[in-house]
Amino acid sequence: MSDERKLSDVERIKTASRNLRGTLEESLTDDVTGAIAEDDTQLSKFHGIYQQDDRDIRAERRRQKLEPAYSFMIRARVPGGLCTPAQWLAMDRLARTHANGTLRLTTRQAFQFHGVIKSRLKATVAGINEALLDTLAACGDVNRNVMASPIAAQATAQREVARWADVLSEHLTPQTGAYHEIWLDGARLETDAAEAEPIYGATYLPRKFKMALVIPPINDVDIYTQDLGLIAIIEDGQLVGFNVSVGGGMGMAHGVRETYPMLGQLLGFITPDQAVAVSEAVVTTQRDFGDRSNRKHARLKYTIDDRGIDWFRAEVARRAGVTFAPPRSVTFTQRGDARGWLEDDEGHWHYGLFVENGRIGDTEHQQLLSGLRAVAEVHRGEFRLTGNQNVWIAGVAADQRPVIDDILKAHGIGTGVSGLRLNSMACVGFPTCGLAMAESERYLPELIDAIDEIMIRHGLDDEPIVLRMTGCPNGCARPYAAEIGLVGKSDNHYALFLGGDFEGQRLNRLYRASVAEAELLEILDQLLRQFASGRMGDERFGDFLVRSGVVAPVLHGSEIHEEAA
Amino acid sequence: MSLPVQAPVSPESQHELTALAGGWSADQQLWASGFLAGMAAARGHAAPASAPALKGTVLFGSQSGNGQGVAEALASAGADLGFELRAVNMADYAPARLAREELLFVVVSTHGEGDPPDDAADLWSSLADPTGPRLEQLRYAVLALGDSSYAHYCQTGRDFDERLAARGAQALVPRVECDLEYQEPAEAWRSQVLETLKEEFAPAAAPPRLRAVPASEAYTSARPFPALLEVNQKITGRDSSKDVRHLELSLDGSQIEWEPGDSLGVKIANPASIVDEVLEAADLDGDAVVRLADEETSLRQALTGEREITRLTRPVLERFSGQTDHPDLTAALADSSELAPFLFRHQVVDLLREYPLALDAQTLLDVLSPLAHRAYSIASDAQATGSSVHLTVARLTYEQFGRAHAGAASTSLADAAAGGEIPVFLDPNPRFRLPEDPATPVIMIGPGTGVAPFRAFVQRREAQGASGKNWLFFGDRQRHNDFLYQVDWLRWRKAGLLELDVAFSRDQEDKRYVQHVMAERGAEFYDWLESGAAVYVCGDASRMAPDVDQALTQLVQKHQARGAEAAAEYVQQLKRSGRYKRDVY
Repeated sequence: MSDERKLSDVERIKTASRNLRGTLEESLTDDVTGAIAEDDTQLSKFHGIYQQDDRDIRAERRRQKLEPAYSFMIRARVPGGLCTPAQWLAMDRLARTHANGTLRLTTRQAFQFHGVIKSRLKATVAGINEALLDTLAACGDVNRNVMASPIAAQATAQREVARWADVLSEHLTPQTGAYHEIWLDGARLETDAAEAEPIYGATYLPRKFKMALVIPPINDVDIYTQDLGLIAIIEDGQLVGFNVSVGGGMGMAHGVRETYPMLGQLLGFITPDQAVAVSEAVVTTQRDFGDRSNRKHARLKYTIDDRGIDWFRAEVARRAGVTFAPPRSVTFTQRGDARGWLEDDEGHWHYGLFVENGRIGDTEHQQLLSGLRAVAEVHRGEFRLTGNQNVWIAGVAADQRPVIDDILKAHGIGTGVSGLRLNSMACVGFPTCGLAMAESERYLPELIDAIDEIMIRHGLDDEPIVLRMTGCPNGCARPYAAEIGLVGKSDNHYALFLGGDFEGQRLNRLYRASVAEAELLEILDQLLRQFASGRMGDERFGDFLVRSGVVAPVLHGSEIHEEAA
Repeated sequence: MSLPVQAPVSPESQHELTALAGGWSADQQLWASGFLAGMAAARGHAAPASAPALKGTVLFGSQSGNGQGVAEALASAGADLGFELRAVNMADYAPARLAREELLFVVVSTHGEGDPPDDAADLWSSLADPTGPRLEQLRYAVLALGDSSYAHYCQTGRDFDERLAARGAQALVPRVECDLEYQEPAEAWRSQVLETLKEEFAPAAAPPRLRAVPASEAYTSARPFPALLEVNQKITGRDSSKDVRHLELSLDGSQIEWEPGDSLGVKIANPASIVDEVLEAADLDGDAVVRLADEETSLRQALTGEREITRLTRPVLERFSGQTDHPDLTAALADSSELAPFLFRHQVVDLLREYPLALDAQTLLDVLSPLAHRAYSIASDAQATGSSVHLTVARLTYEQFGRAHAGAASTSLADAAAGGEIPVFLDPNPRFRLPEDPATPVIMIGPGTGVAPFRAFVQRREAQGASGKNWLFFGDRQRHNDFLYQVDWLRWRKAGLLELDVAFSRDQEDKRYVQHVMAERGAEFYDWLESGAAVYVCGDASRMAPDVDQALTQLVQKHQARGAEAAAEYVQQLKRSGRYKRDVY
């Protein structure tokens, strides 16, 4: 496990940071700049904070001899996506008073605030904590927000899985006191030594780590894209255990063949009482064997790919003291969220609310922010954020439904959405994300308008197709697990990936390395025409493309770069 | 004065020349130099049109360092042959310079879908502008860097080539395109360029000759140098309440030499908008003929170039009052405590509006004072910016008597378009110079545009490698929008060259100014003074300078702890020993 190669620079920063303290406190009080010190920008991520700048005016500010228009993105962890109406109201208030007036629901069931300037950073983080949520480990080389299916036909299964999400999240949360010291004026560590991090150690993980729990048959957390996926096995309404999937992950770099996305592979079946030990063992194995010299080769997927799944299974079994049973048979039918009212087996009602790209704000046509605030003021159940950037207004009594309906209607919420739009996602991208190479959230809605016209032309009006767009190849919106994936290349140009499946069990393949809108629409027009006339029964678009030979299926993530046609 | 040793005349002739011309005034000497040049021209020996060493610029723009490497290699190989080539990042090149450039080399890469690199963006958009000036005087060559796996291989290089040609510039050698393995073709291109240069412009083997170029003191308010305005850039953010301009003026060919602390005199023309207002308020026709210094001209022209039409002064008010005897005016003139606020509140146009008077064109002209030049602290040091002189100008606008008012000089400069000429001359300020000893610590207090000379100061200290510490106190309204030259200060702070403290009055509930920060940092400030620091203050004279003076005295009193009188004496002593200097206005 010793590695002679030079450690990555982030490793140096982590090592010197005294459990993530760095010079963050000095950075916050440095009033000559809206930025924090360069090394601190790595450490702030572990506290759920990314330094960004308004890229729309980056060039203008450079000419003005002013530093970039810095602001910060803050991500609040919401394990399993569950939050109370009181918490919702607190997030809503912070978005309006401290951020840019919008809330962003992420692809990992978390809240994001954008445009928070340095002088408001501490008050925002404190406000999130007052609402009993936090931002610690929302980003950084640690286990991030633990996802869990937010909805299930069987209410007990959902509650049980949500409870495990909480337990695992708590167990894998960093123990550093830095967070309380810096943001909450907590007691200060008096010695130069840092407190123990029993699971992570002083340098945490080599790279980010993502986990989720899913309740089949709805794969609404995209379970195979996770570093660690626990697939709930429900028998007679009771949780009997989990199939364990490991080594999924999205990020890659354009044209760099050594980088590729992967879907998870199964280690086997475990009982619920083994979940904590197995999860910790997966994390510590990655901690000890992951690549700390090359951050583009540091995710768990590479550790497993380099050493083999059998080695990994044995190492985890040894560390956890368990024996993996053969995995149970599982069927997934979809990944997207349902819309509208749904009743569970205990007679509770849940309203599935579509939020385009997760952005909650007020516009002339639809006042999502105000509308959901009004709902939160009367709602007695909870809100459940989904992995598709949507939200469930959950646990509504039957007689309360008209109240919710009226509020939504009054705010222009809940109008028609095509099957394509409902199954689409976009990351944030421009203007705040530092990695974006092309537009994403600001562009996808109008692109879908254009594709919907083509769909209607071919009689595919409400055909659900999973379409995902990201501004860069890191893959926040999981574009390589989509039937149509669009990954930003440069202004107005995207790499086009096709042939993923609808349920999230097959990656797609590069189809065109760089297309602009006109060419993209031409390609989709042609393929959708073929699909409309040539599909077999209920065959999905992605499956059709593979069966008809338009793209060969990707059997291992490393094949994704091989252009299909 | 002694002549350069390589002068093409014998030592005896030199001696004679010195003896003859040594006692002449500068003007006489200048005249003589022109006279001698004329004599030579008459004998068919015109002075060469270009400078002895042919000058040119090698522009590079690339995301990687490859372009810079190629450009610098060409510049240094050119120098070996006697050509004066300068390698410059496109991001640092003012597009307006193209109009005066004679020799230009472009080394540029292509990105994404045929896009220019970030550093080339501004230059490219200027060159792509179809209304830009013709470049018939220019010879150029392009080296395009690219990656043939992209569809738009070397597109930016092609674009530059095409646009330069379209503007009338002539290619010296054909464009060369390089793939990822660029070294070989780049070297071939360089050799071809150098060969052609040698053939077409034999470098000056001959020693430099006497040229009829006047020395810097030759330019005066009456006879200014036409400087090319290369850059006119707003440097306050988009949400700022202020419009502050960073101007870059080329003094190329003027031989004007300045020291940090000096000012540049600027001959302005009054903005047409203000001239129109004055004409309207006086109810006069701009075409009316007036006499000015024995010449006839139009009233409009006279008001534009020859008269002060915003600032009101006592003599103007006296002459105006003489025409009307209005009691307000008589009262203001009679009481000096009334006069200052009256002059401050009223521009010429307000006087004409508030106290209407049927003046004829000639009388109006005679009432008004001659247009004075303006002086701006120079914000650059030649050791850092070459012959480019930088000014920092705040556009003055305010409401008074229910109407928008503007300052004549700041408006005319803020509105001046890059590529035009502005008449300037050097206005030295020997009382505001850096300490002679580079080891002396320097404390600079310059809120608002008062910070301008300190940019020149720190540039000089950086160029000198001065061992003395530097400390700047800056203040304005908002950090996000009004932190003038923020990136420069931050760079120097990062390099360990500058201590930086700021006060932004509108970033928190309570108004916060530089004097408050001085008090907060009083202990360190006093330590610096004790270790011999020199203190410089530049900016507003009416409120800032007295506040800062008081803060200085108070911090000395607090940390010296020997009472008020001793503190006052300490500050007096600083002044006497030249360690407390002010340039306030």
